[in-house]
Formats: sequence, structure tokens, C-alpha cells
Amino acid sequence: MEQEIILQKESDKLSFLKPIASFLKSKFEKAKVLKSLKKTGITLVSILLFLGLWHLGSKALYNKEAAYKIEKALNEQGQEAADAEKACIASGDSSCQPNTLPSPTQVWASFQSLIADHKLINAKKEAFATKMAATNAKLVAQGKDAIVYTGRASFVDTILTSIKTVFAGFLLALLIAVPIGIIIGLSPSLRSAFNWFIQIFKPVSPVVWYLLVFMIVKTLYIGASSDNAFVISFISVGLCAMWATLVNTAMGVSSVDKDYINVAKVLKLGTFQKVFKVILPSSLPLIFTGLRITLSVAWMVLIAIELLAQSPGLGLFVWEEFQNGANDSNSKIIVAMFVIGIIGFLLDRLMLMVQQMVSFNKNEGI
Amino acid sequence: MNSTTVETNKMHTENGIFYPSNVMLDLKDLKKVYPTPKGDYVVLEDLNLQIMKEEFVTIIGHSGCGKTTMLSMIAGLNPISGGNIAVMGNPVKGPGPDRGVIFQSPSLMPWMSALENVLLGVNQVFPHATKAQRKDIAMYYLHKVGLDGSFNKKATELSQGMQQRVGIARAFAIKPKVLLLDEPFGMLDSLTRGELQDILIEIWNKEKITAVMITHDVDEAIFLADRVVMMTSGPKAKIGDVLNIDFERPRTRKSVLQHQDYYKYRKHLIDFLEH
Ligand SMILES: Nc1ncnc2c1ncn2[C@@H]1O[C@H](COP(=O)(O)OP(=O)(O)OP(=O)(O)O)[C@@H](O)[C@H]1O
Ligand SMILES: [Mg+2]
Repeated sequence: MEQEIILQKESDKLSFLKPIASFLKSKFEKAKVLKSLKKTGITLVSILLFLGLWHLGSKALYNKEAAYKIEKALNEQGQEAADAEKACIASGDSSCQPNTLPSPTQVWASFQSLIADHKLINAKKEAFATKMAATNAKLVAQGKDAIVYTGRASFVDTILTSIKTVFAGFLLALLIAVPIGIIIGLSPSLRSAFNWFIQIFKPVSPVVWYLLVFMIVKTLYIGASSDNAFVISFISVGLCAMWATLVNTAMGVSSVDKDYINVAKVLKLGTFQKVFKVILPSSLPLIFTGLRITLSVAWMVLIAIELLAQSPGLGLFVWEEFQNGANDSNSKIIVAMFVIGIIGFLLDRLMLMVQQMVSFNKNEGI
Repeated sequence: MNSTTVETNKMHTENGIFYPSNVMLDLKDLKKVYPTPKGDYVVLEDLNLQIMKEEFVTIIGHSGCGKTTMLSMIAGLNPISGGNIAVMGNPVKGPGPDRGVIFQSPSLMPWMSALENVLLGVNQVFPHATKAQRKDIAMYYLHKVGLDGSFNKKATELSQGMQQRVGIARAFAIKPKVLLLDEPFGMLDSLTRGELQDILIEIWNKEKITAVMITHDVDEAIFLADRVVMMTSGPKAKIGDVLNIDFERPRTRKSVLQHQDYYKYRKHLIDFLEH
């Protein structure tokens, strides 16, 4: 009541400011719209600029490679061969195209062909499933394994495999790093005991983590029929990426605001209450900052680890296309590059959203 | 002063020692030493102070003289280097809900609502009450501090003044014997400060608990207190002077300002601070 009266007074005092305020507000809103328009405009221009430069660059590289090819034919086989080569390149025949950085249009075409390929494979899968439905039902009834489609994975399948692997790795990192981080954060002596361990293992490269996990999992899987590539890659990803979460959790737990600790002391909260009502909630923002870093590191190292582990994800896709050396391999690699980048960006946005949800100071993070 | 002065001669025993029953807080030869790289720094030495039940004592002194140090020792948050502190005859061994604290910053848990912040203490102090009863207690005190519409607002959504209101509700809701306040209104504008002083004194009148409050504001010290305790400047600070404020309660700001003794008290305090 008292408060209301005072608020009333306050607004009375300020009432002469109202027209000015509303004017400023409308002006401010206009400025905001203009600003966001400008921002999208700048983004669009920069994208076009990027595509233009890319186009010019790839054209220059193409010309250089073409000139070299013709020159080579001339030196080795004479004028006639050189003319034939020139005509062949000009005709766009895929057998003699210069192999270099693909242009934006080539990459776009590859993207479309990858999608078409995916649809084709999907259709095959469905056909296979309907064809085998009866047989499989019989097999299952007999207690045997159903026959599954084992054809080539499509591009979309590789993306899904990668996402599955990164989330499995992320989950593993979370399950290991958060509890350990909390425990060592709570105890200064454990923290110093663990410190050397963290300092030594944090900088180890993903390749070495892969080799370590490979040594262990390979032995554990002796005799098992199933494929262990997925297991090896997600464990390596998790171990490699968990350190940021471990360090951040320990830091968050050990550096809770002294005021909160004093409140807990005055109220004589028990250990359980203190940990779950005060310490953990107050360290959540830092824990999630750690998890966000972990997810982005996990996605980054995943590509290398999939390649090593021969796990059928984007990493292996890129590597196989490179080995393959087909005409459109280079553009497929660039497509994969964009897909990797965009998914990485989306994963980061996702984590940012979660992070902002748990942070009590709404403008933290970013 | 309060009606308690009447009972001065009653005695009770605690830990085999006789205490006049109206002494709530007894600080005896209190000493505090902070070890520093340049050797020990003696903040407080030979500090003696008795605070009666249901008394409101304000403490003033120069910045850095050791007021916070003394209060945090009473709260049990800061170890005692020498001498002792007793609450109703029991030596202080650590913090506890018999001594509620209102800190300078509201120190609310920002991830909890106003109600949850108050409940955190209430749940701890009344473990045998039903959930509804505990909620009633918390809501009663939030109502008392004028936060009726804001029970479920997160602490971060409240203004500084409203946060400190929650701080007051939280401290009273655990029914402490002693309330310790360390410049609780120092960060607020003067209008809000006045409102909160009124709220504080109103609840204090009703609850009849002992209050010890540090302040830098001479007028606040006079308006709220039965006694104003002045501390000498450090190092080795002790109690320099004590001023009894003999205004009747309940007081209004207007009646206090118009009282003939007001300027006498004020001059006394300012002279002490400027000596
Ligand atoms: N943990 C500590 N270690 C060492 N010295 C300290 C510590 N805490 C406080 N001091 C010193 O003790 C003295 C008293 O500090 P204290 O905070 O009690 O003063 P105060 O009277 O509350 O001051 P203010 O009015 O500014 O709040 C100061 O000189 C301070 O620098
Ligand atoms: Mg202080």
C-alpha cells in the first residue's frame, strides 16, 4: 500500500516527461527496425561478396590448371593432342576437367546430386524392406536375426551418424565431467590432487585419444560380432571434449559467492541442502558454459576421429571423397564442409539457448 | 527504554554461571587479530559490550575500525582471537539461526523466488511444521515487508530495495533471538531507506527481538536505537562511548526530528566522530 502511494507520487512527478518519453520510444523503435534491416543487409552483402570472390578465385585456379594441362599435352604429345585437350576442356566433358577448387555453382550442383542420391538410396531401402518383409517376419518368428539393408550410406545418413556420435560423446563427457567436477570442486585437497591429472590430459590431441580408446576397446570387443567403430569414436570424442566441462564445473563449485555460503552457514543448512540448494544452482551457469565448449570441441574433433575410426559419418565421407578423386569429389568435400560448419553453428546456438535458460543474469554468456 | 528493564534483577543459570536474565549478548575482552604479510594486525582489543534483551543497538564508527569484524564474530562467521562472546550465557561457537543476519548486499539466491528465499530458512528452522504452515510463515513476513504481489518473482527481477525487503523477511522468519544488521540500507536511496527503516522498526516492535545494527548514518542511528554505541578508530578499536536515546516508542520520524533532545544527540555523535 505504502509502496503503491510512493510509486504514484513518482509517476506524478514524472508525468510531464510522458510525451517526450513516447516520442523517444517511437523513435527508438524505428531506429531498432532500421538497425536490424541494416544488419541483414550487411550480412547479405557479405555473403554475395564471399560467393563472388570464391567464384573468381576458383575460376582463376581452373584456368591455371587448364593451361597447365594443355601445356603438358603439347610438350608430351604435340600440337594435335593439345588442341584435342583444349576442345575437350571447353566441351565440359567430365573426363578431362581440371581438378581444383570447385566453383559455387559446382558445389551447389553436387549438393543437389547428393540429395538426389539420398532419395534414390531411400527408395531402394524401402523397396528392400517391402521385399523382405515376409522373409524377415519368418526369420524373426524362428528366432533368427532379420536381414537388414547393407547398401551404401547416403549423405544424409552420414550426417545422422555424425550427429548421433557427437551426442553420444557429449553425453559421456557430461556424465563423467560434471560429477567429478562437482566432487573436486567441493574439496580443495581433491582439487590439488587432481590438478596435475587435468593439466596433463587436457591438451592431448584427439588422434592420441582415439589411439588410446582403440587399444582398449579393440581388446574388449574381441569375439564380439558387432562393429565397434561407433563405440570407439564416441568414447574418443567424449574423452577429448570433456575437459572444459570438468574445469568449469570444478571452478563454478569452488567459487560460489561468499555471501551465499554465509547465508547457508547462518541457516545451518546440512551438506545435502547446501550442495543442492546453494552450490549447484549458483554454479549452473559456469557448468553450462563448460558444456557449450565441450559440445563445440566434440563436433570439431569428431570429423578427425570418424576418419580414423572408419565410422560412417561426415569425417569418413570427406576422407573417402578425397581418396576417390572423382570429378565431383572436390565439390562434395566443400558441401560437407558447409554442412559441418552449419551443424556446428546450430549446435552452439542450441547450447547458448540452454545456457541462457539456466543463467540467472540474463545477459551472461554469448 | 523497554519494559525489560523492569526485570533487571531476575537471574538465571546457564552452564553453571549466573547471568542477569536480561543480558542477551555479552562481549567480554573481545580481541581480533588478522594475520597479514606485514605481521599481525590487531583490529579489536579489550572490547566490552553488553546488549540487553529486546534492545535495539546501533553501532557507528569510522570506516575500517572493525564494525563488520565485530558483527561477523557475533554471527559466528569469523573466529574469535581472544576473549569471548556469549548469547544468553552460551558461548558462540559458530553461526546458527538464533542469530539472524541481514547483510549489506541482500545476498538472495538469484535462482530462487522471493518466497523460496524466505522458505529456505523457514524450512530449516521449522522442520516439523507442515509444508502449508511453513509457507504461511514465509508469506506472513513477505506481507509484513510489503511484498504481497511479488512472492513468485525471481530475486533478480526485484529492485535493490525490494531485495532487501526479502532479506528482512528472511531474517525475521527464522525467529532469531538476535538480529544482526550490517549497514543493511547503505546501498539504497534515502526515500527507500526511510521506508525500510519504518518496516524494520515495525516488525521489530512486534517481534521483540534484540537487534544490533551497524550504520554510517547518524540520523538512522538515532531514529532506530535505544542506545548508540560508538567505536574508536582502529587499530585496537574498542567501545569509545555509548549514548542512550530516550525517545518514546513507537516513534515517528517527525516526532523524533521535533524532539528537543534530537540535536543534542546528533551533536554528541558528530562530535565523537570528528574528535
Ligand atoms: N580477512 C581480513 N584479513 C585482514 N584484514 C582484514 C580482513 N577483514 C578486514 N580486515 C581489516 O580489518 C579492519 C576492519 O575491517 P572491517 O571490515 O571490520 O571494518 P568496518 O568498520 O566494517 O569498515 P566499514 O565501515 O568500511 O565497513 C580493516 O582495516 C580491514 O582492512
Ligand atoms: Mg563494514
